[in-house]
Amino acid sequence: MSATLNKGPRASAMWSRIAIYVVILVFAAFFLAPLAVTILTSVRSNTEMAQRSLIGWPQHLDLSNFAVAWGSFCIAEHCTGIAPYMYNSAVMAIPATILSTLLGAMAGYAIALWRFRGDNIMFGLVVLGVFLPEQMRLIPWTVVLRDTGLANSLAGLIMIHTIQGVSFTTLFCRNYYLSIPQDLMKAARIDGAGFYRIFWRIVLPLSPPILIVTVIWQFTGIWNEFLFGVIFTSGTQQPITAALVALGSGGQNVHAYNVAAAAVLIGAFPPLLVYFLGGKYFVRGLTQGAIK
Amino acid sequence: MLFTLWTAWISFTPSTLMPENGFVGFKNYASVMATRNFSVAYTNVVVFGFCFVALTTIMGLLLAILLDQRVRGESVLRTIFLYPMAVSFVVTGTIWSWLLNPGFGIQQLVRDLGWTEFRFDWLIDRDRAIYTLVIAAAWQASGFAMALFLAGLRSVDPEIVKAAQIDGAGPARIYRRVVLPSMGPIFIAVMVILLQNAIKTFDLVRALTGGGPGIATNLPATVVYDLMFQRGQLGRGSAAAVLMLLTLAIILIPYALYQRFRRTRA
Repeated sequence: MSATLNKGPRASAMWSRIAIYVVILVFAAFFLAPLAVTILTSVRSNTEMAQRSLIGWPQHLDLSNFAVAWGSFCIAEHCTGIAPYMYNSAVMAIPATILSTLLGAMAGYAIALWRFRGDNIMFGLVVLGVFLPEQMRLIPWTVVLRDTGLANSLAGLIMIHTIQGVSFTTLFCRNYYLSIPQDLMKAARIDGAGFYRIFWRIVLPLSPPILIVTVIWQFTGIWNEFLFGVIFTSGTQQPITAALVALGSGGQNVHAYNVAAAAVLIGAFPPLLVYFLGGKYFVRGLTQGAIK
Repeated sequence: MLFTLWTAWISFTPSTLMPENGFVGFKNYASVMATRNFSVAYTNVVVFGFCFVALTTIMGLLLAILLDQRVRGESVLRTIFLYPMAVSFVVTGTIWSWLLNPGFGIQQLVRDLGWTEFRFDWLIDRDRAIYTLVIAAAWQASGFAMALFLAGLRSVDPEIVKAAQIDGAGPARIYRRVVLPSMGPIFIAVMVILLQNAIKTFDLVRALTGGGPGIATNLPATVVYDLMFQRGQLGRGSAAAVLMLLTLAIILIPYALYQRFRRTRA
């Protein structure tokens, strides 16, 4: 459905082209403006901030805000900058991404390629797990964390994100593995290969396209997650999202929007980087996650 | 799944700070539903859900149709429209809370430019603060709607479009009469996904309005959080969570049935 506007007299076609570009550029400006304002704010100096509104062109480039945001800015009563929170998010998101992806690949493989009793029910439960709101699981997780001694620890958050993530990763992988021909499985089984051997030797080597989608989806999702982080950790154990909210509502820093803007940019950087590098796979994950 | 049943069970117990045994029937539900916080939150979710889904769908569709006109730099534009999806609700909410702050955001900018009477203070206006959530959420999700619509537009059978062109239909007419009607299932999918996201919205409220002014922008998810973790009312919080689940079910069960119906017909 393209190129339908090339009809009619040439002049009107040209005007409609111009109109299309104008509207597109207006939208592009709308989508870019918040990012642009944040970047401009992050390089303005304190004296400049005090004199004018937040939105404005910086008079001097002041990159020190990033250093302050990273290393010495006060969030609640801890004047450590956002570095420890970035570290927490990385320590939380990377293992949880790897674990949930591996488990999801295994489970998806079992559901898609090994017919077993109740496999459809299993799959139904997994899909349900994707839809159920997190709020239904908060109290049970609190109890589990308390009983395992993992309350207020990154290990606890890794466990939660791994288990919560398995629903999505299983769904993605199962849908992908359905396209692997059963004949391949049969041939491998005749050769005497078992469940794990087939997984490592046949299924996993076929998996990179879906694994990239899954890893990107999990990493951005876990990095950006806020609810579990704010409920199950406190103080300097919190991930970056919780720290950013604390910083936004924090007492004594109210006017240091330039530093806050720098902190927000640093905090948003990892998922944005993943998006710009793997945009194609990111979009594929979005649309697949949507169609479910 | 087990966890869900567990929470459902707690919603029938007199639990406060700790999960307790005992059975109080629907008492927790009754007391939650009687609060003003609850009625505000559910009124809000209807307003927010409707406006957010409508605005996001319209913007997403418009962007998809525009990008479908063989524009130059399509991939760059797609990247621009979609990047907010990679940004967390927390970051989205924080940045928009600055832009919409009447003291130094857009209002102040326009005043500095000379229109000293300009007012754009929805963020601190009890009746309008809910629409600031709509703006920020639509900013974030429109690119997602666009991506799905664009995929749909590109999968329309070119033969049908060609046939309509031969019949002398103009582009606007082709979209209205031929292309869009064939995209019904995509419209439904997009709207259902957006609506369930609207019902689950939590991070954005915390980062943008904090539920305020007062309780004016509370949503079902913030009510659950408030009861469970601010007031130590686990039983009531669980009841509120179950009510949230039921709200989602109202959207998702018909959708699941519709999907099954389509599959059996195909």
